[in-house]
Amino acid sequence: MNNPIENLNKIFDNRIRLGIMSALMVNEEVNFNELKELLNITDGNLASHIKSLEENGAIKVYKGFVGKKTNTTYSVTKAGEKAFRAHIDALEKMIRLSK
Amino acid sequence: MTDQQQSLEELQHIKRMMERSSRFISLSGLSGVMAGLCALVGAWFAYDVVNPSGLSSFDARTYHRDYSLDTVKDYMGHRLFTIAVATFISALVLAFVFTYLRSKKSGVPIWGTASRRLLVAVAIPMIAGGFYLLREIQVGNYGLIAPGSLIFYGLALVNASKFTLGEIRFLGYSQIILGIINCWMLGYGLYFWAIGFGLMHIVYGIAMWYKYERNQ
Repeated sequence: MNNPIENLNKIFDNRIRLGIMSALMVNEEVNFNELKELLNITDGNLASHIKSLEENGAIKVYKGFVGKKTNTTYSVTKAGEKAFRAHIDALEKMIRLSK
Repeated sequence: MTDQQQSLEELQHIKRMMERSSRFISLSGLSGVMAGLCALVGAWFAYDVVNPSGLSSFDARTYHRDYSLDTVKDYMGHRLFTIAVATFISALVLAFVFTYLRSKKSGVPIWGTASRRLLVAVAIPMIAGGFYLLREIQVGNYGLIAPGSLIFYGLALVNASKFTLGEIRFLGYSQIILGIINCWMLGYGLYFWAIGFGLMHIVYGIAMWYKYERNQ
């Protein structure tokens, strides 16, 4: 049996990125402000974590408008969903190992 | 911290984030209690109207008789209708106030994706039910109004349970069951209303307050 630690994804090795992914897994799309309120962090901090998730192909970005205001929404990609599920499975296995 | 503990905490974090982002959890138990109290006060006033003229027997007599649109106008102008509207509005306002206070306290905005979805989930069965009951009034089936409103309201709550505190579905089930029983006990609508909209709301509200808000 492989060591489950190998299956833990480095991209998700952070509370904020984990939070972003969790929200996107259960919502078709979430906008920037909703993520900010959910995670209770600053614009800059959130933007940098979003960028790293985007660069890794885990999430997609849509830039749109609501009236004159910009409304940027995010959704999870197929690859991101798969990687996140694998990450959760790995976490579960880690816990099982202790029993 | 061991790897196991860390993994467990991360899973709990994921679960919490999924919950918080998809459900409107600021709904206060006190909102339920207030809505229930309004319903009981409304029922008390309605009883005063119903009892002397004996509308319960009136219910059964007019059942299945054909009525024109004029009856709807009569119905709208009736004191019972005024009481119903006043009860509904005061329950809604008070429920909103307590949920607004809670949402301020927890720092979660009251208007967002989650509350929007909750509203849509509640509105669909309620609006469909509204049209159906309007038609029941038109054809003179007054006896079916109380059970009908309980059933549709119950369905709305069960539908809403996916977008707010999941326990609200039990309140929904109880309304549906009361509505179905009432279908075979026409004429006792006011009592079923008082139990469903009054008592059940208060019981639910207290249980939710005890479970989620007591220690806040």
